[in-house]
Amino acid sequence: MTLHTFAVYVEDQPGVLNRVSSLFRRRGFNIHSLSVGNSETAGVSRMTIVVRADAGGAARIKAHLQKLVPVIRVDDLQERAAVVRDLALIKVSATHENRASVMQLVQVFDGRVVDVAPASLVVEICASEAKVDGLVEVLRPYGVLEMVRTGRVAIDRGSMVEGTRAAADPSALTGDSNVSFSV
Amino acid sequence: MTLTGARILWECLVRQGVTDVFGYPGGAILPAYDAMLDYPIRHTLVRHEQGATHMADGYARASGRVGVAIATSGPGATNMVTGIATAMLDSSPIVCITGQVGSRLIGTDAFQEIDITGITLPVTKHNYLVTRAEDVAPAVREAFLIAASGRPGPVLIDITKDAQQSSCEFDWEAAAPTRSVKPKAPALSDADLASAAALINAAERPVVLAGHGVMISGAEAAVRALAERAHIPVAATLLGIGGFPASHPLNLGMMGMHGEAWVNLAIQQADLLIACGMRFDDRVTGNLRTYAPRAKKIHIEIDPSEINKNVPVDVALVGDLADVLARLQPSIAGGDRRAWLATIDAARGDSAVRDIQSLPDDGHLYAAHVINDLWRTTRSQDTIVVTDVGQHQMWEAQYYHHDTPRSLITSGGLGTMGFAVPAAIGAKRARPDAEVWAVVGDGGFQMTMCELATAVQDGIAIKIAIVNNGYLGMVRQWQEFFYERRYAATPLSGPDFVKLGEAFGIRSRAVTVRGDVVSAIAEAQAHNGPAVIDFRVEQEDTVYPMVPAGADLHAMIRRPSPNPIVETAAD
Repeated sequence: MTLHTFAVYVEDQPGVLNRVSSLFRRRGFNIHSLSVGNSETAGVSRMTIVVRADAGGAARIKAHLQKLVPVIRVDDLQERAAVVRDLALIKVSATHENRASVMQLVQVFDGRVVDVAPASLVVEICASEAKVDGLVEVLRPYGVLEMVRTGRVAIDRGSMVEGTRAAADPSALTGDSNVSFSV
Repeated sequence: MTLTGARILWECLVRQGVTDVFGYPGGAILPAYDAMLDYPIRHTLVRHEQGATHMADGYARASGRVGVAIATSGPGATNMVTGIATAMLDSSPIVCITGQVGSRLIGTDAFQEIDITGITLPVTKHNYLVTRAEDVAPAVREAFLIAASGRPGPVLIDITKDAQQSSCEFDWEAAAPTRSVKPKAPALSDADLASAAALINAAERPVVLAGHGVMISGAEAAVRALAERAHIPVAATLLGIGGFPASHPLNLGMMGMHGEAWVNLAIQQADLLIACGMRFDDRVTGNLRTYAPRAKKIHIEIDPSEINKNVPVDVALVGDLADVLARLQPSIAGGDRRAWLATIDAARGDSAVRDIQSLPDDGHLYAAHVINDLWRTTRSQDTIVVTDVGQHQMWEAQYYHHDTPRSLITSGGLGTMGFAVPAAIGAKRARPDAEVWAVVGDGGFQMTMCELATAVQDGIAIKIAIVNNGYLGMVRQWQEFFYERRYAATPLSGPDFVKLGEAFGIRSRAVTVRGDVVSAIAEAQAHNGPAVIDFRVEQEDTVYPMVPAGADLHAMIRRPSPNPIVETAAD
């Protein structure tokens, strides 16, 4: 059982998120994270869905996703061949005395301080999930007051894109590489 | 031309080839019902919306055409859910149309408002909420495409009342589906085809597992050609019955929980399973860890999500069964499998002596005899048997020998009691020249017997054989085997079914001895209208053989039974 990252192109319509999430619930898979936003094509949203499954489970998830009518394409992104990022905003307790040490830690993790208040800082970090986890852990002793994370977003590295498909080409999304609702 | 959404609905349905709909009117669907009167549509007024969906389902399974059910919002829509789920689990193409409250009232808990697209999300192939007249035609056209293509299934279209009432330009051509549907030709690799052919040609003990997909794909001839060319015996799933002629020498019969012993033993001894349009349901496999342990597996299936779901396979050929078999056929060699067939025949002979048909008439009326006599009496003409769910369903599968496709209609996946009578009405609408028999237990019959009124009002001459044992028989059988005969809530009383039938204006009679079975059936056949026969059969009869749920497929309870068996959590 490992974490699988799926890039899912869907039609930008009401109810699509419900169809996708309902599928995971019904088939007994727990979503680790899910993020949705615009893709490179107008009218097409891109979801990054992370789910814990074995190889067979991942194959079935992909097959089930492809059966949903508003799903245009599903890619199972291989970890090493994809750029993966997680964005976190962390509100950490920081007093006059320890503010400098907090900011130093943030700097080590390539994070940024985006808000300063008398008793707290808001830190932004965009990095791999593991690195974000690492920053959170070192900030915990100071007091993490609030945190929000996007969950993983991922994209294939360049060489894979050119080698296997043209993601930037909208016609690649109109569905000849995948089964749509024929099943 | 400018039309109301309601008229556009019927314009589209008529252009889709729809002649029959099954439904029940109500407030939110009234505009559509009003417009219906101006179109060449035969409407069958059901007594409960569940019946409408089963009728559409029976219509679809009998004919291969898309069945259509229609109902109002709220309770009308929710009453359809069981029938929609039944069609989903058995891959039956139906389109359900529901009215919805006006679009401005959505989300306000208005009278008879319910989120039916939300409710049916997991039990439809797709569904639509249509809030504008402009969206009616594209939704209907796409719904029919989705319902009938690939692995078929139910589609629901929920149309708000204002979308039915308002008008827009109707352009049939412009409403053509824009989403791409995959071409039927699968992306089969030559390497996979060659692997499959090599496995088949090398196999000494192969078995074809024929499922519902054989008929959905229209692959009956292709399966038969494969079996005959390579001398491979064919076992059927419950829904696969009829896809391969029962009278064919290579036919084994039904596999699985109530499959005959020689069928399941053949599967367990096989060195190759060729699964054709079936999905290795738990009722078919028993314990997955010990299922067909010596067999390589080839899975020919149109739905990629079924591959490796329950049973890991050696070669998966994803595509339309008839297409795949056509491409496979040239590589299949003949083969001498006489030794294998002789082994199976020996097991068959061993079973025959245990068969209830071999027992002398002891004055008791057994359901198995009723079914077998029904088969002998109706076999010579075009007959469709529609069963309900339970013991009688399994006896039907064992003792009615189906030689033609679409001659058995039954709820397999969902196991929906109450299916038989309405589905039989739908089947009769689809194939009026066929004789349609509903074979139903006294439990399931009482669930949907209100539809007798439908049959009478609309002159639908179905014949109903009630297998009446005064119990919820299959549940009672499980209690007998697994719960120490503690018959919790399974003894069942019912009305006098003869008087009941007569109250509806239906020719009805009861049969209590075997000698009267054939004459009663003949009388029902001769009667020009619906008929009911109340077969008062042995009360505590048991379906044999039985593979307890989750047990090894070869660990059958044979007749007579060596009890006790313990039920497991997997049941």
